[in-house]
Amino acid sequence: MRQILEIIDLSHNFGGLRAVSDFSLTVGEGELVGVIGPNGAGKTTIFNLITGVFRIAQGRILYQGEDITQWLSNRITAAGIARTFQNIRLFKDLTVLDNVRLGAFSRHRYSLMESLWRSSNFREQEERLTRRAYELLERFQVAHYAGVPARNLPYGEQRRIEIARALISQPRLLLLDEPAAGMNHAEAEELIRLIRELKEEFSLTILLIEHQMRVVLNLCQRVTVLDFGETIASGPPQEIHHHPAVLEAYLGRDI
Amino acid sequence: MLQLLAQNVLNALQLGSVYALIALGYTMVYGILTMINFAHGDIFMVGCYLSLAAAAFLLGWQANLPLPLVFTAALLFSMVLTALLGVTIERLAYRPLRQAPRVSAVITALGVGLFLENFTLAILGPEPRQFPSLIAMTPWEVAGLTVTPLQILIVLLAGALMVLLDLLVRRTLLGMAMRAISYNRPIVPLMGVPVDRVISITFAIGSAIAAAGGLLYGLAYPVLDPYMGIRIGWWAFIAAVVGGIGNIRGAMLGGYLLGIVEVFTPVFLPSSTYRDFVAFSLLLLLLVFKPTGLLGRPVFERV
Amino acid sequence: MATSDKGKSLLICLGAVLLLALSWALPASGFLNPYIVQVLMYVGINMILTMALNLVNGYMGEFSVGHAGFMAIGAYVSSIITVAVLPRELAPWLFPLVLVMGGLAAAAAGLIVAYPSFRTRGDYLAIVTLAFNMIVKSVLENLEILGGPRGYLGMPRLTNLVWVTAWVLITLLILRNLIYSNFGRGIMAIREDEVAANLTSVDTRRVKIIAFLISAFFTGIAGGLFAHVLQFINPRSFSILKSTDMLVMVYLGGVGSLAGSLLGAAIFTVLLEVLRPLGLWRWVLGPLLLVLLMIFRPRGIMGLREWRWLQPVLAFGGGGQGPTAPGPPPA
Repeated sequence: MRQILEIIDLSHNFGGLRAVSDFSLTVGEGELVGVIGPNGAGKTTIFNLITGVFRIAQGRILYQGEDITQWLSNRITAAGIARTFQNIRLFKDLTVLDNVRLGAFSRHRYSLMESLWRSSNFREQEERLTRRAYELLERFQVAHYAGVPARNLPYGEQRRIEIARALISQPRLLLLDEPAAGMNHAEAEELIRLIRELKEEFSLTILLIEHQMRVVLNLCQRVTVLDFGETIASGPPQEIHHHPAVLEAYLGRDI
Repeated sequence: MLQLLAQNVLNALQLGSVYALIALGYTMVYGILTMINFAHGDIFMVGCYLSLAAAAFLLGWQANLPLPLVFTAALLFSMVLTALLGVTIERLAYRPLRQAPRVSAVITALGVGLFLENFTLAILGPEPRQFPSLIAMTPWEVAGLTVTPLQILIVLLAGALMVLLDLLVRRTLLGMAMRAISYNRPIVPLMGVPVDRVISITFAIGSAIAAAGGLLYGLAYPVLDPYMGIRIGWWAFIAAVVGGIGNIRGAMLGGYLLGIVEVFTPVFLPSSTYRDFVAFSLLLLLLVFKPTGLLGRPVFERV
Repeated sequence: MATSDKGKSLLICLGAVLLLALSWALPASGFLNPYIVQVLMYVGINMILTMALNLVNGYMGEFSVGHAGFMAIGAYVSSIITVAVLPRELAPWLFPLVLVMGGLAAAAAGLIVAYPSFRTRGDYLAIVTLAFNMIVKSVLENLEILGGPRGYLGMPRLTNLVWVTAWVLITLLILRNLIYSNFGRGIMAIREDEVAANLTSVDTRRVKIIAFLISAFFTGIAGGLFAHVLQFINPRSFSILKSTDMLVMVYLGGVGSLAGSLLGAAIFTVLLEVLRPLGLWRWVLGPLLLVLLMIFRPRGIMGLREWRWLQPVLAFGGGGQGPTAPGPPPA
């Protein structure tokens, strides 16, 4: 199995507070890996480091063997790492269609001048992009919302549109940040099914952050557990489930 | 040479005191509402005219009133009325926009500023007004320097106001409420802080201090016109930004720095018309290298 | 569907040609008196300014308060060319080129402002643009060769209603095409959420450069047109008050809307003329109306909405709230 993502000894501080400490993780092509941990364990910080939101001071990140540690966010995303957000970050005043089309920003192959003159190349590409966006919207059963501003959509639909926006760029690696946040049991079950389907359909590698243990245990092949920025356990879900350090991290403090 | 330098530093201190007083108003409002109150320079202008009105009225009524009394009365009168003006502007123009896009509030502030300028112009006419002399102008010679009592008064009164404000913000319950609101507005009401009232008081204090600056400025540079608040307001605003907007001590520091820039520009460059160029270039350089100003704290964005 | 699209485009082209013909015929035939023609020219120039500023402030969500600086550069550069470089007889023929030179000079200055926008945004970028405006004005005041504070004169009156109309149409077309493209969506994504924009692979630096370049370019063009109506410019014409006028037109008409820009510029310019009998009091009434507008309609008349005919067929919504449900997906 080829490695798609290698995180090596990653650390990050916020004004003296250690948010992530010597975090290492390797994700192989086609894997579905989970990172779990209680609130404030540094999970989202890791995603922000991978995707270039925060500058990396310590540690390295390799993507398909290439060192992307100092890359800018847009370059990382264009290279094939797409993500979603814990607190949905759609472009709220833009239409659903535009939100999804924006996901493919780096995929356009026309120049500024071509777009100003509306060349035939521009028209063809825009048409293709729009059709692709509609296909995805239909895949997620939200095509009827295409012309509606994203802010007017129900929560669950917004989540799905965020996934569609991530998928239109044809990523190799998808980072999902607490996709089940705010969902009830039935919705979470539905989501687990959806993620499994998407993984096959789009031949994705998925790295997933979750707060709800149940989702991760049902979905992931491998799980890493974080607490206060430290990796306290790592392995297949069945083992993790009974790992004493994990039990303490989760049950020791009320969740 | 050294004497010239010392003399210029003294002049810079005088001018800088006025800038600092106005800069405080910008910085207080920004600190608490994260809004640039572009009308503040014009509030200063109104304060200046109000103190002129009070002084002229008193002197016209009883020409032989003791000048310190006239000065004090004019100061209090303009501070109180200008504070009321500031509170009224906040209540009528800014408060309805608290939940609106931030830009709307800024545009409103620009509109309020234009309104104050043009309203003053419409009722008073375009002729500049002369500010009566309230403080003895006889200069003292100290170690070869020319010092006027007015200069001493300006520097001391401005300094005293700033120290008082600093104490107020750092040591009182009101100051604590102000800092709490500037730190995290959504949570503060939950703790029983009357946010609206604190914001009103902030505007009152900022405007009253600007009015004091208006009186001092009028005494030092006694020709007033309705557009005087624009340039001085912009300069005070740069002072606030240079010091780190939202930071009270930064505003004072910035005020004195800008006083120095203005006074020393003609010393080093052919004419004083370069002062805008120098001040704004310094501002740009500072923003490129230290975007938060000299004493400001960095802002993090949450993801 | 395809035929009706063609029909729509054809109709819009016809409208543009008709507008150009009218802007030539009405003044030439004496049907409109010179005063009205003058006001119409200012309306047009203000429309260009407003659309250009709206690209940065409305669509991209930055807050430039210094666009008068770009206008000054366009005005001075084009004026220098017509007065000191070109022979008198040639100037009318090369006028569009002269304007483009002014626009390019302004665009170059746009780069200078775009660069700091990589690192700062919001209030601090506003201060950068403000400083830019002040510096341009101060430099012009101290350049004796350009007349210093007294100003620069001697430009022939090359601007006429036809040129103004033509440039309004060009600006409208180019900006519309930009907005309804990948770049335009990138610009709006920066307004909505810059971090998320970067994380959806939007090259925000490149997009910001494009927005500032194009915005400054058209602001410079408007500056050139302005200089060649007035035949006299001085640094004070391009003070922060001019920038404030532009802001007022943008936020009056509505952010993120070309239709709003056209409306805002027209209403602002005409209203100031209509209120002329009030003398000084019109400057009191104007700001008061602005404050009321902000309180009751904080996004302006057309905020984030667009007239249907201004949208390309391919776009669906684009500028923001689609006015109605979109058409079916293109087959």
